[in-house]
Amino acid sequence: MTVTTVEQPASGRPLPAVPDDAGGAPRPAAGGGWGGRLRRAGLAVAALVLVCAVWELYKLVGSPHGGRLLGVPVLPRNDDTSMPHVWSVLAQLGHKEVNTADSQTVGVAVLKGIWFTLRMALVGLVGGVVIGVLLAVLMARLKIVERGLLPYIIASQTVPLIALAPLVSGWGGKLKVGTLAWQDWMTVALIAAYLAFFPIAVGMLRGLQSPGAGAVELMRSYAASWWQTLLRLRLPAAIPSLLPALRLAAASAVIGAIVAEISTGTSGGVGRLIIAYSQSATSDATKLYDAVLGAAVTGLLVAGLISLVELALHARRGAPTNQAQQTQKVRP
Amino acid sequence: MTGPVARAHPGGRGRGWARGTRSRLAVVLPPVVFGVAVVALWELYVQAYDIKPYLLPAPSEIWTQFRHSFRVIVDTSKATGSNALVGLVVGLVAGLVAAIVAASSKIVDGLLAPVAAAMNAIPIIALAPLFNSMFSTTSAVPRRLVVAIVVFFPVYVNTVRGLRQVPDVQRELMRSLAVGRWRFARTVQLPGAIPYIFTGFRVASSLAVIAAVVAEYFGGRQNGLGSRITSAAANTAYPRAWAFVLAACVLGIGVYLLAGLLEWLATPWRRGSGATSGT
Amino acid sequence: MTSTPPHPPAPAQAGAANPAGLAKPAGAAVDPARASGPVPAVQITGLDKEFPVAGGGPTVALTGIDLTVAPGEFVSLIGPSGCGKSTLLRLIGDLVAPTRGEVRVFGAPARAARESQRYGIAFQQAGLLEWRTVAGNVELPLQVHGVKKKQRRERARELLELVGLGDFAGQWPAQLSGGMQQRVAIARALAERPPLLLLDEPFGALDEMTRERMQAELARIRVETATTVILVTHSIPEAVFLSDRVAVMSPRPGRIAEIIDVDVPGRMPAPGESGGGVPALEQAVGQAEDVREQAAFFQAVTAVREALRAGGGS
Repeated sequence: MTVTTVEQPASGRPLPAVPDDAGGAPRPAAGGGWGGRLRRAGLAVAALVLVCAVWELYKLVGSPHGGRLLGVPVLPRNDDTSMPHVWSVLAQLGHKEVNTADSQTVGVAVLKGIWFTLRMALVGLVGGVVIGVLLAVLMARLKIVERGLLPYIIASQTVPLIALAPLVSGWGGKLKVGTLAWQDWMTVALIAAYLAFFPIAVGMLRGLQSPGAGAVELMRSYAASWWQTLLRLRLPAAIPSLLPALRLAAASAVIGAIVAEISTGTSGGVGRLIIAYSQSATSDATKLYDAVLGAAVTGLLVAGLISLVELALHARRGAPTNQAQQTQKVRP
Repeated sequence: MTGPVARAHPGGRGRGWARGTRSRLAVVLPPVVFGVAVVALWELYVQAYDIKPYLLPAPSEIWTQFRHSFRVIVDTSKATGSNALVGLVVGLVAGLVAAIVAASSKIVDGLLAPVAAAMNAIPIIALAPLFNSMFSTTSAVPRRLVVAIVVFFPVYVNTVRGLRQVPDVQRELMRSLAVGRWRFARTVQLPGAIPYIFTGFRVASSLAVIAAVVAEYFGGRQNGLGSRITSAAANTAYPRAWAFVLAACVLGIGVYLLAGLLEWLATPWRRGSGATSGT
Repeated sequence: MTSTPPHPPAPAQAGAANPAGLAKPAGAAVDPARASGPVPAVQITGLDKEFPVAGGGPTVALTGIDLTVAPGEFVSLIGPSGCGKSTLLRLIGDLVAPTRGEVRVFGAPARAARESQRYGIAFQQAGLLEWRTVAGNVELPLQVHGVKKKQRRERARELLELVGLGDFAGQWPAQLSGGMQQRVAIARALAERPPLLLLDEPFGALDEMTRERMQAELARIRVETATTVILVTHSIPEAVFLSDRVAVMSPRPGRIAEIIDVDVPGRMPAPGESGGGVPALEQAVGQAEDVREQAAFFQAVTAVREALRAGGGS
């Protein structure tokens, strides 16, 4: 039908926008083989280097009292206690945590914290996914449940977690299943699940409702029950919406875990480290930066896991949408 | 006949209006009924089983505390709310500018894409204590900065997506009109991206208030809702804590609805019942 | 109208056995419109178009196209899928560049013609901008080329009246049916009174009844505005109803197999011919129904169909 031009006109004047991709910027190829991946990895490294460079540059040019930009005091102080050099932050990882002989290094402490928080976040993520999917299916099944529940699901995310933590601990303390007592980490995981279920519920619901009238009528013509339609049509159709939702849920689970650790005072995780190290931040902020780095790494690890899941799913399905786009490019 | 419903005569209301109220009622009624029912059951449960406040405060208690501390609630809400709004505006503007630049420069786009992906994964809240150490302790900038960063990324990602999706037919039309690049961006790309921008804005607005509240947990000035919740909880004054929680929820919902209203105002062509909702 | 004699389908000449270069019928080779007289609206010589394809040789979309369209003529390009008719239209509009050969529009190269806006184009999808009202969409070309607001408004109103959508100026595109959107697209294409109109299956997405109505409307508009029109279609009756000449194309590789002159009495006169004023739409529709029921109409349709079959198409 419509032909998108594939090369520049002979006279050389470029088209108003790059033709083989909607919009002005070429999309960094999603997939695109090892060349594309290498390029993106290279750019990621370049971005990181750029950020560090800007940091150090500001330390060179900025003022130790902070500064004003257009009359607003938005520039940070650049002395070494407020903004440590990039290398001192990294060096601190090798220093001892406390001033005793057998203390572990900050690096080790951060790694332990990452491991702890990572497990919390993952448990919370799994729990959130289960709850989210169940809620989405329920809402897709009964319109009245969707109408009644969805506003509260959205509003649930406005509740500050800090208020929930004591609540959950309190109720958890009353729970006893045989010999299993409620542990602190369960509170953390539950709160992580609380944050994670929301993007899943909303995204999954949208995905379950995405098949068009034509597809639904087709299933009806087969006298398929609602559950069969769910299994054969809606669930597969929901997968493309599920993946971005999973990424959001993963990030939310990490945030939930860290904040929950802080509010319940659970030790062993990155959240605790951040609070502990921030107390010494007035004299030496490098430990705090290391703890925050640990939080960042936790988030990246979980995101990496989700990307692996995505890759596995795509490998099975063969990424049909990309192929369809490419074969439609040239049709005289 | 293909395409959306044809109107026999333009713009008639008439019969459709009654149908509209009925459907509007069907949308509004269930959540209201559900909410009222839950609150009623909650109150009954607490009274009947004499649940201690530290486990579950009664709605009546919470409401009493709410009225009691109303002045404080308003002041702290203003503080947190202003942090959220300032961060929202700054993040929105930054996100739009960055997206427009990225849409026309391969290099910028290539550099920002991994940063955006990383920021989607990193708990930005964890940056709050960092910013607290970078700025003076009485400054509101750290919180606003955190909110701005949290807002920046959904706006950026969605705007870039919107700027990239221009239907081929419109692209060819513009070429046939011999339209230059900047004109093309102004006439077709940017207006076409508006629905996407608002999607990003809606997501960002819901995150803004939460980020503003959570940013207060990490120290710094204690003038917002988050700090009040923490201190009330620390003093085991749970009904009071929940009163502030209620205020935070109201604030969050309010900002979200405000964003929705702005979207409704800015996209008049999507208001009619004939239009599809698209993005 | 055209000065070449009616050209009976000659299978021996238009068959697939012909190498690309000799596929043009005798009539077009000695087209007097090229030899003398006014500057032709469109002149294509020796046109080839290839698209590069990853991992292999290029796809040949068009080969050896020669076509001359006189000013005021209505020419249809018809053929099965893959014959390159849409590509040919886009080559004329400089939306695609030729690999070899030349396209001249009113004596100037295609690119210059595009930049000086010598044509208006409408696609199969209306392509209306959803955030502009119907009038705003029609005003788009005028606005983009710096026409003042007052004049834009008036011109848009004029055009909407012409296509019968005067009451819908303030509506949003989403509120209009497919046929109405397409009419807006055509009004937009006519906004700057271009001497050439390029239409790429504009009625393709419409049902048959609406389609026939739109054809009558297009014929009427053409008389009123005296525009040269090149229409891509795969409906034989549509091509015969509207055109002075029908260029039958065949695929693999895309080329013009044959050009058939259409001469059906009772059709609306071409611009410049005698025959009274421009009929009102209803009258035009009535006339159209009469035309479609004539024997000469069916004969022309048959001629085109046989040419299509001979050319390797459906």
